[in-house]
Amino acid sequence: MKQKPRVAVFDFADCEGCELEIADLEEEILELIDLVDIVSFREVMKEHSDSYDIAIVEGSVMRPMDEKRLRSIRSKAKILVALGACATMGGINKIRNQWMPEEVKKDVYGDADLKGNELFDVFKTKAVNEVVPVDYYVHGCPIDRDEFKMVITSIALGKKPEIPRYPVCVECKKNENICQFEVGRFCLGPITRAGCKAICPTHNSPCEGCRGLIKKAETDCVKEVLERYKLSYEDIRRRCTMYNYGREECSVDE
Amino acid sequence: MSKDFSVHVEHVTRVEGHGNIVLNVKNGKIEKLQWQVVEAPRFFEAMLRGQNYNELRSITSRICGICSIGHSLASLKATEDALDVKISEQSDILRHLAIHAENMQSHILHIGYLVAPDLLGVGSVFPLIGTKHTDSVLKIVKLHRLANEMSDLICGRTIHPIRLVVGGFSVVPTEKQLIHLRKQLVEARALTQDIATIIHSVADKLPDFTRETEYIGLRSDDEYALYDGVICSTDTGDHPDHKNYQSIMKEYLVPHSTAKHAKHARESYMVGALARFNLNSKQLHPDAQEVASMFGLKPINYNPFMNTVAQLVEFVHSIEDSIHWIDMLLDKGIKDEKPVKVKVKAGRGVGIVEVPRGILVHDYTLNSKGYCTKANCIIPTNQNHANIQLDMEKLVPQILDKPPKEIELTLEMLVRAYDPCISCSTHYLDVTFV
Repeated sequence: MKQKPRVAVFDFADCEGCELEIADLEEEILELIDLVDIVSFREVMKEHSDSYDIAIVEGSVMRPMDEKRLRSIRSKAKILVALGACATMGGINKIRNQWMPEEVKKDVYGDADLKGNELFDVFKTKAVNEVVPVDYYVHGCPIDRDEFKMVITSIALGKKPEIPRYPVCVECKKNENICQFEVGRFCLGPITRAGCKAICPTHNSPCEGCRGLIKKAETDCVKEVLERYKLSYEDIRRRCTMYNYGREECSVDE
Repeated sequence: MSKDFSVHVEHVTRVEGHGNIVLNVKNGKIEKLQWQVVEAPRFFEAMLRGQNYNELRSITSRICGICSIGHSLASLKATEDALDVKISEQSDILRHLAIHAENMQSHILHIGYLVAPDLLGVGSVFPLIGTKHTDSVLKIVKLHRLANEMSDLICGRTIHPIRLVVGGFSVVPTEKQLIHLRKQLVEARALTQDIATIIHSVADKLPDFTRETEYIGLRSDDEYALYDGVICSTDTGDHPDHKNYQSIMKEYLVPHSTAKHAKHARESYMVGALARFNLNSKQLHPDAQEVASMFGLKPINYNPFMNTVAQLVEFVHSIEDSIHWIDMLLDKGIKDEKPVKVKVKAGRGVGIVEVPRGILVHDYTLNSKGYCTKANCIIPTNQNHANIQLDMEKLVPQILDKPPKEIELTLEMLVRAYDPCISCSTHYLDVTFV
């Protein structure tokens, strides 16, 4: 019998919610264990091995010491999967990239002397693929458990996972939701990658774009939205950069 | 006996976030003993600057995956305090249910997946599957799933809730859904008793260690305080001025930690389930009190390892109190309410709630257009770091004659007992290194 692929889970700067989504698979995690061997997963297990085929990496990269750890993980893994918005595109961790690292440090830690202290040596937030090559992406903040299962199962079976490149609106329509624009809210559904089952609009809240933008926010369309819903350009810019700061559109291979 | 050895646990496992334990012993003397928090700082307070009042909840939820409901509620309370928004009675009850759901989810995860392996002598729950403990693991999984389903129902999603919005709820559960949830909670009673019995059978593995310290948490005349109350200390009593929380939670920075530390009347204090138990145990549901006496847990208990037992006690309370709130909702009839309309104005608001790991504060200042100009968050785990360090300093000399591996495990267990949630961020100005 062919040996099961060995999987290790690692985390960087984030809330660890996507790892928790894996734990929240509950009994279904047993189905995954049939396909792969989990050899490292610090959040829930003490056992650890440096010998693994697939590295699942959660979180953004903030400091040189994190960059070094990530490169070392990449060098040991045949396949690297970026897990969740912080890893796939920087997510909300990139909101701070509109200011210089020194400025945000002062904001949070005041005048404390942090020079030469590597723990505090932050650069602008980077997504995982800004440091090392990424093979597969599991999008979202947090990830969708079913999509995660599908991606890992596909990789274990040697298939390429199918990730939607159509907008959230498609799934939202399928759920027969009232359009968020109709109730007077500004929603990023029309330009955000689907795959989340349109969970936010389904709970009567606008999409915030956590799975990445699949289209540029068209200027004309934006103008029309601004007028119709009496929104300011600043409102839309802020919403578009909550998860997608510094990104106009995902590349096709994501 | 004089001996040289060192313990260096890089990235303690089965905790949320990244922390290290460093112990160097030379000639039988402790040269260095440190609890280090090496998590990358995330700068949430900076991220909130310039955000609209409606978006603060979404962003701060991302401080922590495990307590995202608690962060959301603290955030909403702060925003609503700043904007003078009063939510309806129904929303208030639903928020009580939301906080119970999170407490249950987080506590059972900690008790079952993070602490139980130490008590059963394994590295994680995985090796327990297929052994005589399979049934216990499945019971824990079942309770964890129930807590998550309850969160999904009330909040739309367990991790990063959706339905919790300024002024109330974007969607409320139906009567039928609440009746179903009630049934599940009633069924969970027996399962929880089974888990209590199992934990009780291995409770002798919890180290018998005490160190007097201060306990801080919310207190209320009306109930076992989780969603609302006044700041209270076992040393100094009630502190009703919630906006003046910084006079109680005095934060400071240390060079080996990216998370801030905090103190109040003593060198350190503790927050979390044990602190709440020590402050408010009389208000627990009788069934929860019964579990406490089964473990000999009485206030004031100074053993940090008993925090896990206090979580189990709270789990029982949350089941019973949730049933009580659901009955009240069903009795009144659940209404399809829209969130309260907000009139934007300038102001400062402070929201304080008890989350699984302790008292949590969000403090926002909004300008006249409703944009955030200043934010501060006081995270439970940060308030515990100094207490963990001082516990280690008292504990290690008592166990120095044990084999290093055993010392290492005991220190790891101590850290785990606090159920630290290290990913949580921090901030605040005028800090100095000590």
